[in-house]
Amino acid sequence: MNRRTFLRCGACALVALGGPPRFLVRTAAATAARGKVLVAVFQRGAVDGLSMVVPHGDPAYAAARQTIALRPPKRGEADRAVDLDGFFALHPGLAPLVPLWESRSLAIVHACGSPDTTRSHFDAQDYMESGSPGVKSTPDGWLARAVKGLPQPKASPFRAVALGPILPRALQGDVGAVAMASLDRFDVRAGDTGARGGFEALYARSVSDLLSGTGRETLEAVKMLRSADAARIPPANGALYPRGPFGESMRQIAQLIKANIGLEVAFADMQGWDTHVGQGAEQGQLAARLREFGGALAAFAQDLGDRMADVVVLTMSEFGRTVVENGNRGTDHGHATAMLALGGGVRGGRVYGRWPGLAREQRFEGRDLAVTTDFRTLFGEVARSHLGVPTAPLFPGWTPSRPPLGLFA
Amino acid sequence: MRRLAVAFLMLGALTGGGVPASGAGPGPGALGEEPTRGAPPLADDRRILHVLNRLALGPRPGDLERVRAVGVDAWIERQLHPETIADAATERALATLASLRLSIPEALRDYPRPEPKLREKLQAGQLTRQEMMELYPPEKRPFRITAELQAAKMLRAVESERQLQEVMVDFWFNHFNVFAAKGDVRWYVAAYERDVIRPNALGRFPDLVRASARHPAMLFYLDNWLSARPDFTVPAGGPKGGRKAGLNENYARELMELHTLGVDGGYTQADVTEVARAFTGWSIDRPQTEGRFAFRPRMHDTGEKVVLGHRIPAGGGQDDGERVLAILTHHPATARFIATKLVRRFVADTPPPPLVQRVAATYLSTDGDVRAMLRTIVAAPEFVSAEAYRAKVKTPFEFVASAVRALGATVDAQGAFDLARASAEIGEPLYQAQPPTGYPDRAEAWVNSGALLARMNFALALARSRYPRVAVDPGSLVTGADPRSPDAVLDRLLAALVAGQASAETRAVLTGELTNPQITRLTAEDRGPASTDVATLAALVLGSPEFQRR
Repeated sequence: MNRRTFLRCGACALVALGGPPRFLVRTAAATAARGKVLVAVFQRGAVDGLSMVVPHGDPAYAAARQTIALRPPKRGEADRAVDLDGFFALHPGLAPLVPLWESRSLAIVHACGSPDTTRSHFDAQDYMESGSPGVKSTPDGWLARAVKGLPQPKASPFRAVALGPILPRALQGDVGAVAMASLDRFDVRAGDTGARGGFEALYARSVSDLLSGTGRETLEAVKMLRSADAARIPPANGALYPRGPFGESMRQIAQLIKANIGLEVAFADMQGWDTHVGQGAEQGQLAARLREFGGALAAFAQDLGDRMADVVVLTMSEFGRTVVENGNRGTDHGHATAMLALGGGVRGGRVYGRWPGLAREQRFEGRDLAVTTDFRTLFGEVARSHLGVPTAPLFPGWTPSRPPLGLFA
Repeated sequence: MRRLAVAFLMLGALTGGGVPASGAGPGPGALGEEPTRGAPPLADDRRILHVLNRLALGPRPGDLERVRAVGVDAWIERQLHPETIADAATERALATLASLRLSIPEALRDYPRPEPKLREKLQAGQLTRQEMMELYPPEKRPFRITAELQAAKMLRAVESERQLQEVMVDFWFNHFNVFAAKGDVRWYVAAYERDVIRPNALGRFPDLVRASARHPAMLFYLDNWLSARPDFTVPAGGPKGGRKAGLNENYARELMELHTLGVDGGYTQADVTEVARAFTGWSIDRPQTEGRFAFRPRMHDTGEKVVLGHRIPAGGGQDDGERVLAILTHHPATARFIATKLVRRFVADTPPPPLVQRVAATYLSTDGDVRAMLRTIVAAPEFVSAEAYRAKVKTPFEFVASAVRALGATVDAQGAFDLARASAEIGEPLYQAQPPTGYPDRAEAWVNSGALLARMNFALALARSRYPRVAVDPGSLVTGADPRSPDAVLDRLLAALVAGQASAETRAVLTGELTNPQITRLTAEDRGPASTDVATLAALVLGSPEFQRR
């Protein structure tokens, strides 16, 4: 018996004794239960909520925006905002979301935002992602704390995944969240060198601590992703994702969900909302962004089909934009904006939140849409009702002063 | 592959090593364990390697022998005085990065901001992207300043002989972090590192605080330049004329929480407001053309302030801020906070309290002398204890630099851009930490699946010469070893890459890999190895758990 044969038998013996890795077994169990999934989408750069969900019924709306106001909706006319309830309308770029509104899967929370008054993108994103407005030293993100509060113990290396090269602030913290630029790049790029097996042996052999534990899980995750062949799962139900990085992110999140590998919290960003100059109305710069945004969300819902019952998509942005158009046919940094919740048990077909009005004296500091719903009320409700997570640790030092929105049945 | 991997577990079990439990629980050498005093000190070569991993960005081939020759204490003393170390080659390599040497007004002039009108034209289709590119070629865009600074940081980390200086510049920039992509900071950031951080990196802590407080990069990043007495109205005439400005507490809060006292340093919200009042008027002169510190008396709150119980009488003007800095930098909480952060960087994620106390005492007796504090740390038994050995997980920046150094690779400014990109892919885009906390100095922040894979892939790409502008020759590391004897090749490789200090586990796995036909190619008759894939073996070492630690 030569050395190789001996090793091979040794390996057989070990597999017989040890069985598959612990988390693979747990994942199988979790898959059977078809866990809930939360997909958080960050519109970076502060989206103009007044163009996304147009308050055409507010008498001050059209007057505030000479060149960029959307014309009031008119039934049967293309390229017009789509009326929702006689007061609000969806931007025509979001038309693909209308069927979801009609089937009551899509809810909107308007005049939503942060109690902190900063108009700095970087501070406001930091506050929204840490879940602690005004406090910069919060070490971890609100989504990471949500992951910590999930009812089941860590079941899969893919439990929390951010699409993108770095882990967003919202998922930073001690929960082993994965940041991946793309599914097909989540691999050891070893060519035919045999290094993959070498790394497996190195991480399997080293002491058990955070580093090598994560290394073992990572290499198992790579194998898991390869064998699930998640990157090859095609869009279902004829879903067509728009081209661009956001559509790609949503397509890949859908692949991870359909691969049944234990995803519970996902995160994606979309850039390009900082429309200081030449914002446009039904057409133009912002319209192009909204088409990509709405198209990707609608394709995601179509792709997942019945599975959307287990999935909620929550969109957010660090603040909104000025009510009045500026001198460059754009808008400057404002305060409140609109956020969307889609899927799962969301009671959709309604615009939630109190409308503060757009008249000068109704605005925040005379210029911005006032915040009437603290973003933490919305985030907390989604985390509690959809994921079953206790909300107290999500937003340190905060107790809601208003009743819940009632977003879920 | 899987077969071999599992098989070596079996060998481990047979030799008494045991099969590691799955999961990520704490274990020997795990994070957060506190070295106890009286633990066995490191043997000589291990101590040298430890010092090279902590006071430098890892050893290059031959460094162990060089430090052994001069003596480790003499080597440390020289590193504490970087001005005595010749470094002309590094300076020459940096010469192509022009923006590093520009004053702020020159940077504002040479890297103009794109006019909003052009962006509008582009969107309206009156200008093609090509035409826009010709007006603003990439080498003239403001981001270039940050990109060159990133490349310079990587280049110095790899090439500079003044290694401790680079470690301390990294440490203090991170402590006094500014985010290079926030507004006008992009034109100020290179000057900030060059004029504030670098000259004081081994100097006195109070000088660092004072220099950062009045630099436009910090004034802009933490908004103090806009902070004014509560009843101040911007004078008419300018674009924001008539707008009410007011007190901005951002800098005041971070100055105490992150720069000096620490979050538990005993200050209150009232102190934050008082400190913010003291700094009103510390502003920037013509931020978009000059970018110089300016004190604006009309924005300043002239009333009395009380900071941490110290009374600052009315009418102090610009001196109010200076007095606050003196109060804060002489405070025992500051000594404790700075000592804690230094010990965390150089010893362990959870700093041993007795050592923190001694370093804080050094701070107070030397008025915050950084050299003196570092001497206290490296002389401490906690520093050279077995528990501290390889207890820290390298940051992505430290990992990239140490891998390039371990291979004995050389890099020019162009290659350094690629290395900076690698650091970003592993999770640390240089000068891009958004929050004022800077990047974390604890393992948990850097250890996640995507980041670990990126480290393995970087090790593979680097060792297999996939970075064309980083000169790597793994074969040269094993010169003299008989290529037909894989064990000899491995020995020589480990001597070069990790000064021979591989753990028994790592050595066992790599020895096993030598029988992998993909790594050691056999002759047709299977009578013995013909050649060993040194590049892949080197990649395995650089991507191993052990090499992620320092």
